[in-house]
Amino acid sequence: MNLGSIESLAYLYPEGILVLSILAIFLVDLCVEDKERLGNIALVGAALALVFTSGLSFFGVRFIEGLQGAGEGWLFHRMIALDSFAIFFKVILSLSVVGTVWMSLGSREINGPNQGEYYGILLASGLGMFFMASATNLLLAYLSLEFVSLTSYVLTGYLTRNRRSGEAALKYLIYGGVASGTMIYGMSWIFGLTGSLDYAEINAALLQNAPDHLTLFIALVLMLAGFGYKIAAVPFHMWAPDVYHGAPIPVTAFLSVGSKAAGFALLMRFFYPALSQSGDAGMWQFVPGVEWPQLMLIVAMVTMTLGNLAALNQHNVKRLLAYSSIAHAGYILMGFVVLSDEGLRAMLFYIVVYYLMNLGAFIVVMVVANNTGREDLEGFRGLAWRGGALPAAAMAIFLFSLTGLPPLAGFIGKFYLFAAVVKGQFYWLAVVGILNSVVSLYYYARIVKTMFLDEPSDLEGEVALDPHNGSLLAILSVATVVLGVYWAPVFDFADRSTRFFLGS
Amino acid sequence: MESSILTLMIFFPLAGMVTVFCLPSQAKDLIRWTAFAFTLPAFFLGIWLYLNFDTTTTALQFVVNVPWIESFNIRYFVGVDGVSISMILLTAVLCPICILASWNIERAEKGYFALFLLLDTAMTGVFCAMDFFLFFIFWELMLLPMYFLIGIWGGPRREYAAIKFFLYTMLGSALMLVCMLVFYFQAGAVEGVGYTFDLTQLPAVAQHFQTEPLLLGFSLPQIMWLALFINFAVKIPAFPFHTWLPDAHVEAPTAISVILAGVLLKMGTYGILRVNYPLLPAETFFFAPYCLAALGAWNIVYGAFCALAQCFTEPKDLKKLVAYSSISHMGYVMLGMASFTPQGINGAVLQMFNHGTITAMLFLIVGVIYDRAHHRRIDGFGGLASVMPVYTGVMGLAFFAAMGLPGLSAFISEVLCLLGAWHTHKIPTLLGALTVIITASYLLWTIQQMFLGKPREEYADMHLSEINTRELCMLVPLGAIVVILGFYPHAVLDLLDVSLQGLNEVVLSASTNSSDAAAVALR
Repeated sequence: MNLGSIESLAYLYPEGILVLSILAIFLVDLCVEDKERLGNIALVGAALALVFTSGLSFFGVRFIEGLQGAGEGWLFHRMIALDSFAIFFKVILSLSVVGTVWMSLGSREINGPNQGEYYGILLASGLGMFFMASATNLLLAYLSLEFVSLTSYVLTGYLTRNRRSGEAALKYLIYGGVASGTMIYGMSWIFGLTGSLDYAEINAALLQNAPDHLTLFIALVLMLAGFGYKIAAVPFHMWAPDVYHGAPIPVTAFLSVGSKAAGFALLMRFFYPALSQSGDAGMWQFVPGVEWPQLMLIVAMVTMTLGNLAALNQHNVKRLLAYSSIAHAGYILMGFVVLSDEGLRAMLFYIVVYYLMNLGAFIVVMVVANNTGREDLEGFRGLAWRGGALPAAAMAIFLFSLTGLPPLAGFIGKFYLFAAVVKGQFYWLAVVGILNSVVSLYYYARIVKTMFLDEPSDLEGEVALDPHNGSLLAILSVATVVLGVYWAPVFDFADRSTRFFLGS
Repeated sequence: MESSILTLMIFFPLAGMVTVFCLPSQAKDLIRWTAFAFTLPAFFLGIWLYLNFDTTTTALQFVVNVPWIESFNIRYFVGVDGVSISMILLTAVLCPICILASWNIERAEKGYFALFLLLDTAMTGVFCAMDFFLFFIFWELMLLPMYFLIGIWGGPRREYAAIKFFLYTMLGSALMLVCMLVFYFQAGAVEGVGYTFDLTQLPAVAQHFQTEPLLLGFSLPQIMWLALFINFAVKIPAFPFHTWLPDAHVEAPTAISVILAGVLLKMGTYGILRVNYPLLPAETFFFAPYCLAALGAWNIVYGAFCALAQCFTEPKDLKKLVAYSSISHMGYVMLGMASFTPQGINGAVLQMFNHGTITAMLFLIVGVIYDRAHHRRIDGFGGLASVMPVYTGVMGLAFFAAMGLPGLSAFISEVLCLLGAWHTHKIPTLLGALTVIITASYLLWTIQQMFLGKPREEYADMHLSEINTRELCMLVPLGAIVVILGFYPHAVLDLLDVSLQGLNEVVLSASTNSSDAAAVALR
């Protein structure tokens, strides 16, 4: 199925809803005094987008005629693909947007006269991510990535009176400019080698007339700069700690969950269907001559090790979580290098789990920051004993889940990643991953220690939990525990979503 | 109904945890009694299990085997056989006693008892699980409550002790996770087995591993054996992975020390019997003389000398002495296991049970005196016998049992371990037997310093009251078990015998098979 511009619109409801919500927010922003309402519009818009996205596959409900069955294809003259992989990521991304908007409603940093712009740009960023997840053309891949980057810069610098926020935005902008410049240069090499920007045609061209290995390799490394920057993999991770530190907390959460997921979607779609071939028994072969799995193997090991080691000594919890999210990019990349369907679905499953626990951790950081104005470890001292027993318990669940301890969802996610790695007989990678999990326990447990084991100092006040954050925290922590005990439905969803549309 | 008995034993405490969470945190007595009430069903079910256990078969009993996660063939598979029955009973007996021992906990009672009940669920689960994945889940589930129980309610250096315990165990279990996955995928390649975590089917996989050297001259199954052994050795704790134990014990509250020494340490040796023995029998036979016999003997000697040192070096901590003595006593278990003789392996598992009861008594006794005097310095007392005569009597029973006095339970099991090991490992056995002298000397020295002589004058200010009814309720049942098993060890031995001999057979036949194969290769 290959649809033109007008027919394609019928399959673009989620994106359409996002666009309408953005417009609605900007318009209402002009007329109302009470800016609090704008967040609610954003929440409704994002939730509707989620319902319509998941309606495409999840509940078996058909919101869109003709989609089930032969329900995959190219839209807009092969610019984007509508397949189960894209829908999976759209679900995750709209969940991220919903979570972030919900979180922002209870944030003191966001609360201000410019809320309208904030929510509008946040949804716009989500819109860009939707396209990142489904782009099957290098041009659209680049455009959507840039769109997401530009909106992220603005979101990062949203706190105009805060110097750190401005500094973070500028750093993000400079790093992002370099990375995307490098990436588009790599894309031009690919275009030169294959004569096309379309993924399917690139794949066919690479298989037929074997290109010069070195040239292709250089092109891929250049492109990896862009992808690696979005997922915060070493050596393109340098922006992450500063940006995570400086950005408002909901934005940090959004970058660490949504932006990373979208980056992985782009990475997987380019490296799997475009550069590899699906073989027997769920295994993939990469295009002969370009051994990118070896390269990514090293990237994965270095990323998780560096992220974890750097996190050991952090005192700002946002910064610590930034390094932890670098480490988690490394873990997810473990599934990427094994070149099998097991690896792919382990990655997808991990992204779901990572969404739950990382978003949850940032919400607790925000609750503490709302009450005490502090984001460092000291602000967490004795949290459980000064009225914050519930957020502290939730934080403990999220952190131990990030460590990968059963019976929490993070363990199951890591279990599938390690299973894929062991099955592919990458024993060294498994050992490095395991050792990293042990190292990570130390710094996660340090936060738990500060919350539970240390006595509260007299200076810090009580920590109260407002209903917005409390309900979201409850949902996320219960989901983290439940997914650790019974995860079959989510796993099946991830399993169904490893199918790419390659043209028929 | 009958088959769900294990499930009930595992999850009753979990229901208790939920109930405790729902109670108001001001109702402290209600919380205590509720927690106690939720450990009792497991205790009574344990008695029922003991009476209805079929001692004539090696097969699993009271089995529940239902699919849990079908896409990975993970099953909820619990069952009990002779290897695990004594440990399940030990857990069922110790948990209510530990709740009683926790009566004086004074901070966040709700959290304490809820976590304790979670720990109870995890421990029972480890001993019942027959699916490797389920085993791993329960194994890791113990870590979280233990970390908080030591870290929040422990002594002055509790944070250090808690994180050290956590890191050591996590490192071990991470190795186990990889081994588990290797087994799973290897099983998938074996005809007639298929992808499974079922511990009763995985033994069929052992012969299908590649045996050429992989790393430093060790083959893949040998490396896996060592990785699994390290995981379990951390828990035993075997030298050189033992250093978390003295810290954890010294800082933990009394009841948690009892659980640590009474149940958690047994998980190390139990895991070796449950996983290493049947799944990698040839490697077990290959490594046993070094990793189990020699290391076990070294554990006996080293632990005893470290305990002796507590009598003479500051801070002369009684609890530390007991902690090191349990490292020493776990050495007998390892030595007995390594013998592959009927006496040795029976003695080893009986020693696991006996050590569980005796060390529990020792830690409870330390707790009783600490509650009154708020210190545990061996040289800080003297002449306690005339101030607290009943307490001294109970203490005497426990100390002499730990010493291995004939007529008390540990004597039988230690002698069985040594007798069994004598044929195969002469020097380790000799070392183990001679160490009894060191054990006697540190225990007698302690008794002399603390209990004999003239009562001290400062006791008037210390308000050393005689042991009370609650404390007697914890100690007397354990004391009774120690005495009864001293005269009639068959009460436990009969449960174990058949299954353990079956396990022995598996290892011995695998070793003869592999030596036959080596002989064929030589020809």
